Amino acid sequence: MEAFTEKFGIGQPVRRKEDQRLLIGGGVYTDDINIEGQVHLAFLRAPYAHARINHIDTTAAAQAPGVLAVFTGRDLEKDGVGRVESNINLKQLDGTPIFKTQRLALPTDKVRFAGEPVAMVVAETAFQAADAVELIIFDADQLPAVVTARAAGAQGAAVLHDELPDNCALHWQNDTPDAYDAVAAKAHKIVSIALTNNRVVPVPMEPKCCIAEMNPGTGRLTIYAPFQGGRRVQGAVADLLFDGERDKVRHVSDNTGGGFGTRSKIYPEIIAVCYAAKSLGRTVKWLGDRSETFVSDLHGRDQVNSAQLAFDADGKILGYRLETLVNIGAWVTENGARLAIDGGGRIVGGAYDIPVLYYSCRNMMTNTVSTDTYRGAGRPEANYIVERLMEKAAHELGIDPQELRRRNFIKTFPYTTQMGMKVDCGDFAACMDMALANSDWAGFGPRAARSQAGGKLRGIGLASFLEGAGGRPEETMRVQIQEDGSVNIICGTFSHGQGHGTVYSQIVSEKMGVPFTAIDLIQGDTDTAPAGASGTYGSRSSQMGGVAIIRACDIIIEKGKVIASHLLQADTAEVTFEAGTFSARGGSVTMAEVAKAAHDTRRLPDGLQPGLDETYHYTRDGGRDDQSFPNGCHICEVEVDPETGAVEMLAYSAADDCGTVLNPLIVHGQVHGGVAQGIGQALCEHTVYDEETGQLLTGSFMDYGMPRAHHLSHMAAEFNPIPSTNNELGVKGAGEAGCCGAPPAFVNAVLDALSSLGVKHLDMPLTPNNIWRAIHQAKAEGETH
Amino acid sequence: MYEFNYHRPKTLDEASRTTKEAEDGQVLAGGMTMIPSMKLRLASPSDLVDLADIDGLKGITIGPDTVTIGAMTRHHDVHTSPDVQKAIPALAALAGGIGDPSVRHRGTIGGSVANSDPAADYPAAVLGLDATVETNTRKIAADDFFTGLFETALESGEIITAVHFKIPDAAAYMKFPQPASGFAMVGAFVAKFGGEFRLAVTGAKDCVFRMTEMEQALAANFSADAVAEITIAEDDLLADIHCGADYRAHLVTVMAKRAVALAAG
Repeated sequence: MEAFTEKFGIGQPVRRKEDQRLLIGGGVYTDDINIEGQVHLAFLRAPYAHARINHIDTTAAAQAPGVLAVFTGRDLEKDGVGRVESNINLKQLDGTPIFKTQRLALPTDKVRFAGEPVAMVVAETAFQAADAVELIIFDADQLPAVVTARAAGAQGAAVLHDELPDNCALHWQNDTPDAYDAVAAKAHKIVSIALTNNRVVPVPMEPKCCIAEMNPGTGRLTIYAPFQGGRRVQGAVADLLFDGERDKVRHVSDNTGGGFGTRSKIYPEIIAVCYAAKSLGRTVKWLGDRSETFVSDLHGRDQVNSAQLAFDADGKILGYRLETLVNIGAWVTENGARLAIDGGGRIVGGAYDIPVLYYSCRNMMTNTVSTDTYRGAGRPEANYIVERLMEKAAHELGIDPQELRRRNFIKTFPYTTQMGMKVDCGDFAACMDMALANSDWAGFGPRAARSQAGGKLRGIGLASFLEGAGGRPEETMRVQIQEDGSVNIICGTFSHGQGHGTVYSQIVSEKMGVPFTAIDLIQGDTDTAPAGASGTYGSRSSQMGGVAIIRACDIIIEKGKVIASHLLQADTAEVTFEAGTFSARGGSVTMAEVAKAAHDTRRLPDGLQPGLDETYHYTRDGGRDDQSFPNGCHICEVEVDPETGAVEMLAYSAADDCGTVLNPLIVHGQVHGGVAQGIGQALCEHTVYDEETGQLLTGSFMDYGMPRAHHLSHMAAEFNPIPSTNNELGVKGAGEAGCCGAPPAFVNAVLDALSSLGVKHLDMPLTPNNIWRAIHQAKAEGETH
Repeated sequence: MYEFNYHRPKTLDEASRTTKEAEDGQVLAGGMTMIPSMKLRLASPSDLVDLADIDGLKGITIGPDTVTIGAMTRHHDVHTSPDVQKAIPALAALAGGIGDPSVRHRGTIGGSVANSDPAADYPAAVLGLDATVETNTRKIAADDFFTGLFETALESGEIITAVHFKIPDAAAYMKFPQPASGFAMVGAFVAKFGGEFRLAVTGAKDCVFRMTEMEQALAANFSADAVAEITIAEDDLLADIHCGADYRAHLVTVMAKRAVALAAG
């Protein structure tokens, strides 16, 4: 038998060290935790999408068996619980600031979406709490509801917040339309498209839940809850419940069962559970069920777009006009109203050179749960629009779609976009060439003929994309070498599926020559997280946390040289470090020996502090504008059954430039996951609210179409790594690129398949019902012409 | 879930009596619909009577003209039974397409038939194969069994013990799954018995039904072409966010046509 050997440095396909524990059920999720003396909480959720609250009668519930307390928003108000306000600071063109909501965890005036929590019961058991919730009398006058962004802007639409009669929280524009209008007036051709970017429910595997453990002795609250970075929940709970005293609040999460952006937000339920624990001086556990998670987790996407490209006679883009309506839901949340601007706006023209831009974005409030960050957070939407538009333009201009893209790709770097982002590097044509070769685009004809012989229509579609990754431009990591030579990486980031334990260990192993297996990840506890910790979101952990680790290692090596010089009786300047060994004057000591000496004050040079333990707070030089710019080209091949409208994905080729690849196995996984999520949105995921009642109609897996393994084909991912110049690891975020490429590649493929039937337009998701209707309509139109 | 009394009787009589005497007694077979409904507090039986310990409700018997499947037989066992695969391959295939592996290892034929879910697969086979549903008190012909949305001819305390399927000369089932749940948006089961045909459709109306016009056309011409132009009126078809009535009507014809093509080989 051949032994399986692995190398553990940067770039090696090291298998994930996390998997063994998770696969054998060794993970610890919030519901796995039970604390002696805990009591249970259940929420009453608004049965209406929009209603004015008259009275919430809790008398009967309070007397039910096992009940300790019933709370409503009035209790929170009385006890001075703070209100959550977004920290978005965007302004309208005329200087008017964004409209912000002040949200109390349980509302007192109105309910604004069906499923909003309005009251809570704490009881000895979860069943008693749920039973008592049914005894609460919720007396409210129903109001008309509005659930789509377009309807929210219509004359006479229901108004969510009295202070905002037009429901538009922010009408942002990059500029007046004048410059675009001027180039459009001289354009050879203007191509327009109207698109809907369907709302999706994030559906992490772990539902929303929380344990708030109150220690009456110390007055300190410990929160156990799935979260993508604990400092934020610690800060929010401290601000809202403990007058800002952060040391009164600790957040712990070992494993988090899926983040996707939706687990990076402060939810009213978390605040409410913490309030209940603080009020009662007890440990309170709340486990939301799947239905609650559907109605109350922040959703993703939900835009309607109207876009235009103006071309000259050579097919070169003169200008881009984009008008977007975003459905931000009932409350102005942490990021919802800036996603299409700061998020999607970063890369609004995709991979193309856009000399003139007019971008208008209206963020509309509706009686739905709010939308906020969801894998990609604005960038998939932006790429989808421009890729659909380029495909359409190619047909209208009579230019081959690949050729039109090549003519307009950004080719000189650094390139500053109309939104002020500096794209440092990339080779978009090379990615396209790679994807074309991998997909055997040239051999499509015979494959299509075979499909046709079987009564099916085959299509192939392509999408290039540009991503902007990095998020908040600072992160802190601590690297600690212990006396026995083992290493702890104490993180500001938080791994919840990304495999940081593996990748960070590879970085440290390569940098310091320490055995991979001797390196441990410590994360998920605000008591140990270093100051300045941020978290994991926005495809940032390698480029932020990874760089902070490198720099902490550098400091450790420098200190190690001082110790080694003492041990080797040489000058520090003479000591070299390579592959885990310090050398000078013909002698050498290993990092492990130096670590041992570092913990023994008798063996240290005078004045040197013991230990090899360094914390590095890394701030990206260029701040927000100096991110990494992952990019790529994805090609999808599909088959459509024209009789039923069923679409089958047959093949997928991804050519990604995510900079230096730290671990190809893990990056392949990231690409596959992102593509699966993108295909999910494009094929079957669809969030539907009833337009009359405002009720969520797709509130379970019976009606919400999650993509399953059989919906997907083999995915071939290859890399065209062009190292980022914005960080010393050369990495570009890999987590969200897949769902930028997949929706347009997939939809373009289906449009290609249906072109012979005269279908010219589709909106996601491409369910059989929608495809059949499009075919039906095209046939009817064909007959009338 | 609300509180309820759980019973695990050893005999059918005891199960029947307990169910009937309870304030709101419900029989539990595989629990694939019952348990999720209770968890969502949509169902709140006072008493749940589990059939798991009753002997003789499980198993497959092949006769000269019939396949008898005990009510507590799991979908997986029907799907993988070499006897069923040989006698009525369409039935084995249908069982293998229900839900997912977890459901097929827990769900039972008796539970599925008794539930009369408008989008379930088994009712199409029961009606299409002219089966007889045997209970603790009587035998009910398939044509009389399914009466409406989650409604059957079963009376209080009446428990299905077995389903007797007639072995056809040829049969096939085609379903078009609802994209989210995988249940049949439309499913068509066709069976040939000598010169007679039965064609049952599930997923399209409140409960499974026969397309007699198609059956007659097939008697004259056993080919897909015979049913390809026969359509169903949209009026009383189900319509939901996944499928309008017009599309469902279209799918009835397409699935029937494909089932016939498969059966005709």
